[in-house]
Amino acid sequence: MITIKNLHASIGDKEILKGINLTVKAGEVHAIMGPNGSGKSTLSGVLAGKEDYDVTEGEVTFNGKDFLELSPEDRAREGLFLAFQYPVEIPGVSNINFLKTALNEIRAYRGQEEISAKDFLALIKEKQKIVELDAKLTNRSVNEGFSGGEKKRNEIFQMAVLEPKLAILDETDSGLDIDALRIVANGVNKLKSKDNATIVITHYQRLLDYIVPDFVHILYNGKIVKSGGKELALELEAKGYDEIKKQFEETV
Amino acid sequence: MIDTKTNITQTILDALTASGNKVGYMPDAKVVEAIRYVEENGIPNNKHEDYKYCNLEAVFRKDFKVIGNKFNSVANVDVHKLKNAHNIVVINGEYNESLSDKISGIKLSTLANAGSELKAHITKYANVNSDAMVALNTAFCSGGLFISISGIREKPIHIINVVSAKENAVINPRQLIILEKSAEVTLVESFVSENNSGKVFQNHLSEVVLNENSKLKSYRLQNEDENSHQVNTVQVDVSRYANYNTNTFTFNGALVRNNLNAVLSGDLCESHLNGLFISSGAKLIDNHTLVDHQKPNCESNELYKGIAKDKSTGIFNGKIYVRKDAQKTNAYQSSKNILLSEDATINTKPQLEIYADDVKCSHGTSTGKVDEAALFYLKSRGIGDENARKLLLQAFAQEVIDKIEIEELQEKVIKLFEKAL
Ligand SMILES: Nc1ncnc2c1ncn2[C@@H]1O[C@H](COP(=O)(O)OP(=O)(O)OP(=O)(O)O)[C@@H](O)[C@H]1O
Ligand SMILES: [Mg+2]
Repeated sequence: MITIKNLHASIGDKEILKGINLTVKAGEVHAIMGPNGSGKSTLSGVLAGKEDYDVTEGEVTFNGKDFLELSPEDRAREGLFLAFQYPVEIPGVSNINFLKTALNEIRAYRGQEEISAKDFLALIKEKQKIVELDAKLTNRSVNEGFSGGEKKRNEIFQMAVLEPKLAILDETDSGLDIDALRIVANGVNKLKSKDNATIVITHYQRLLDYIVPDFVHILYNGKIVKSGGKELALELEAKGYDEIKKQFEETV
Repeated sequence: MIDTKTNITQTILDALTASGNKVGYMPDAKVVEAIRYVEENGIPNNKHEDYKYCNLEAVFRKDFKVIGNKFNSVANVDVHKLKNAHNIVVINGEYNESLSDKISGIKLSTLANAGSELKAHITKYANVNSDAMVALNTAFCSGGLFISISGIREKPIHIINVVSAKENAVINPRQLIILEKSAEVTLVESFVSENNSGKVFQNHLSEVVLNENSKLKSYRLQNEDENSHQVNTVQVDVSRYANYNTNTFTFNGALVRNNLNAVLSGDLCESHLNGLFISSGAKLIDNHTLVDHQKPNCESNELYKGIAKDKSTGIFNGKIYVRKDAQKTNAYQSSKNILLSEDATINTKPQLEIYADDVKCSHGTSTGKVDEAALFYLKSRGIGDENARKLLLQAFAQEVIDKIEIEELQEKVIKLFEKAL
């Protein structure tokens, strides 16, 4: 699905990603954990094509294509979806209109014809159910005045409609209450298949109880310093990052 | 040859005098006064504070040194009509009765045929000594249009202003619009051009009178071609309990300068001034507004939004006067603008002069670029750059477009807006 090799990225003079290596295959769920400021959101931003970052070294291939060459919109059309840690409010752009435009552009890219108004409405209804998103919210402007939890649900709702091949969930669990966490996690699980993959960025084992990862990676100071199975997350939950920090401090 | 200010002004005055189809309804004394004002002050240039960014003298010097004042005839204006409105047609500044709808129950004529009401109102609102363009119009205005409304009119009145110049032309159309006590009407004004083979400078002037408790909802849609220059002065007098609501949409024209002046001369009245423009190419779109609070307990709102593309210039200048007597005034003004290119310019200037002490006034202006975070968010969902920008600009303009209460007009404005983007 995606292969990241020796990825370096910086903002201005500051190098934030310092050689990331990661391979995610179809059907897999990977969790990325790591202390605040270690570069998790930077990694997802770089993968989605955010222009603030300079990729100084390394390569990313997505289903055989050189991903770093593509515009953000083409990356999405190829099947990447990033659920943002901080979804943006866009006053005046209706959720529905936005999603319909997005879906149709993705379809056009793949040589499919526009979805009919009727089919689109049916699709929206069906996907709303998956994340139990209030229908009223879909008629409002994108994220405008949404509560923190509603914004996160809206991200997963969009993901459900756009059906990506690779979804990156950047702290989608933060700001969710216990019930919402379960709903969102169930939504993600329902959308999982052998053909798509998920990268879950989180600080908490809580989410991983629901979305069970095949692999857990620890990102520290711009590098993946440790990888393992789902037990690695449990270990972190118990011990915190102290050991990791001590071990890798010198190399900083 | 020395190209001084008086030279081009005199050239214009001479040419307009020579083409002289004098209409006769303007009192001679006013004409003399007006010509003297133009001679003394010249066509406004960038040395006049109010025309700092809008140098009309340079436009006249460049394109109107020689004026043929020859026009094409326009036989059909159906494409510009609104279905659910009374359509009135004005061609090259002259009211065209045969192309216009007959409207029963209102007074509608040329100014020359307006009868006794003319004397009571003409030049009473637009002061010839305030602005050379007002003076120029007063001295050389064409047949003009007179509309007087009483009672409540359900169906909107739509004035279609068409220009079609064969050779370079300067025209001075004039309107007098009166709403009698408790009258209510919706007025749409479209400014369009058809096959201009010459350049045209339209110096349009409206005097609008809202008598007690009357209500005017007005729209101006400016969409002329690149040969058209326009100064559009609207001088409104708003009486006690009256409500003036106007929305100006400007999408095309080489130069458009709007002078919109609302004088709130009675207490407990209100005015709502809204505008939306897109400037592109090397065009200049300039909205100057003035809200003059003269009496207590009045409210004024103002919302102008602009988008400047390419090498164009957009200007918003909003004056609010609150006179000593105008206690308990509520006045709000907001101007928001988006620059779409490095070479485009937006100049905004709110000017508040407040002489009363018990008032609520606020104003805000902003000029920025398209929100990059929002743009990235849209693109990250697969929406291409062009559509993403379009969605954001539509969202930006929506607040003003939503104020249109006539469905077919709103559709038209949306279409023109999208085309201009
Ligand atoms: N625009 C920017 N300018 C300067 N520094 C930045 C910018 N964006 C991110 N950084 C820095 O890069 C580092 C990594 O940030 P990033 O947001 O990727 O961390 P994170 O791992 O997602 O943290 P968190 O767990 O708090 O979400 C931080 O030190 C941050 O301050
Ligand atoms: Mg983060």
